[in-house]
Amino acid sequence: MEAAITATDLKKSYKKNEVLKGVTLTVARGEVFALLGSNGAGKTTTINILTTLIPADGGTATVNGFNVAKHPGKVRGSISLTGQFAAVDDILTGRENLQLIADLRHVKNSAQIATDLLKKFGLTDAADRKVHTYSGGMRRRLDIAMSLIGNPPIIFLDEPTTGLDPQARNEMWQTIKTLASSGTTIFLTTQYLDEADALADTIALLHKGTIVARGTARELKKLVPSGLVELTFHDEAQQQAAIKALKDRFNVTPNENLTLTVAVGDSTQKLAELFIQLRDAHIEPADFSQKIPTLDDVFFKIIHDKPEEDK
Amino acid sequence: MQLVKDTWTMAKRSLQHILRSPDTIITVVMMPIAMLLLFVYVFGGALGHQTGSVKYVNFLTPGIIVLTIISGIAYAAVRLNTDIQKGIVDRFRTMPVAPASILGGQAASSTLSNMFSSLLVLLVAFAIWFRSHASILEWLMFAGLATLFTLATTWMAIFFGLLAKSVEGAGSFSYILMLLIFVSPSFVPTASMTPAIRSFANNQPMTPIVETMRSLLVTGTAGNKAWVALAWCIGILTVFYLASLRLFRSRAAAA
Repeated sequence: MEAAITATDLKKSYKKNEVLKGVTLTVARGEVFALLGSNGAGKTTTINILTTLIPADGGTATVNGFNVAKHPGKVRGSISLTGQFAAVDDILTGRENLQLIADLRHVKNSAQIATDLLKKFGLTDAADRKVHTYSGGMRRRLDIAMSLIGNPPIIFLDEPTTGLDPQARNEMWQTIKTLASSGTTIFLTTQYLDEADALADTIALLHKGTIVARGTARELKKLVPSGLVELTFHDEAQQQAAIKALKDRFNVTPNENLTLTVAVGDSTQKLAELFIQLRDAHIEPADFSQKIPTLDDVFFKIIHDKPEEDK
Repeated sequence: MQLVKDTWTMAKRSLQHILRSPDTIITVVMMPIAMLLLFVYVFGGALGHQTGSVKYVNFLTPGIIVLTIISGIAYAAVRLNTDIQKGIVDRFRTMPVAPASILGGQAASSTLSNMFSSLLVLLVAFAIWFRSHASILEWLMFAGLATLFTLATTWMAIFFGLLAKSVEGAGSFSYILMLLIFVSPSFVPTASMTPAIRSFANNQPMTPIVETMRSLLVTGTAGNKAWVALAWCIGILTVFYLASLRLFRSRAAAA
């Protein structure tokens, strides 16, 4: 079966600023695909090209089998976009917002569809209130509900949880999971590794306008070392002493802010040994913490592995 | 057919916006009404001598109607630009809806709301003894020209609403139109102006439009500038309609 979305060597510049330097990706039908990247990586630009909002300078893209540049109308008939900021009409009520989209999509029983979606997204009580009275989470839910009208086979979500509080974020994850289970193809962007991890079948890492890594969450996580402990010291002398005491048995990386990153792997034996070594050398660190791999670590690792570029 | 249906859907949304902020309608009509009263009761005594046999309120009212329309259409630019800034326009742009419908909805709602505010101003003019010799036919012609003028300047507003980088800047183009009204025979006959200004005033688009409206209402004839007025309106409408659609299609998403 053909892919839901393909992009081949997409390029886009704004004046002299090269935002996309040749993005290539494939999204299979029915999967949740996460485009992971930090601010300014080119996530929104990629989404804007795929959803026909802006033309690419180079490369080709297809959505639902239609060329984005040649058949934008057919692409628009196959997708919906939920942008980074909830694009809801503040002056209309929640119900009116839904009916507006239903009318524009020419669906039958627009009133019934609006009522059903309000119920599904827990907005029944607020249905006839103007949207400017809604909370951030409610606006996001309405935004997504509006995107579902007409059952588009492919849904784009641009940073769906940015700016949401933890509870609303959790609700959004549930919504996306429910959507995915109904077979809709979902293309989402996010800055958070844990979000991509929780939601996506496939993750692509976008960095400075190119895809630098691609795979399942498990595959990506293997790229960064897990089981790191970070020790903080009182002064430089103590830090040096600790390096001396640990360097034979552990892989240690000193950092600038009087901290030391120590790789202990998955073994508790190694972890115990680390602290025994410190005790035996009479070193009492100011603080210690287990370091959870972050997106930064993944980026750092990947960019570090190919030093011929960007340097 | 789908185009008409979608345009109406968009127009309904925009009309809901207008109806839910009645203060904008009041703001739109307050300024022209204040100008009407100011010119008639403060300057009218002096200016009235310039207009010959025509009573000053009769001379003035068509220009005030044009002023009402100009101050009203600026809100179309503001509304459109607000939609762009809020990302709602991008939502519509990723849907199978024609650009002509997205923008046309604004044009329709602006025209309807401006017809309403013009009517309000006209009622005030009647209250202060504006009287017309026009028959039903001339009134219809006046309404037709006023509607065409509203539509043309609304598309101008749409163009500047698309072009503006901020909501604050979106409506500012209307000041140029306001200035054109002042440098035209809207408030005083051009005969009293200095020669350079007079020749500008006699050849700018507001002049035939205002004079044709005045001729229709005051003397009950279309006058000799009706075709020029019509040509300006249709010209402005065509240019800004096409330019707006072009700009809309090429405009990069608000980044």
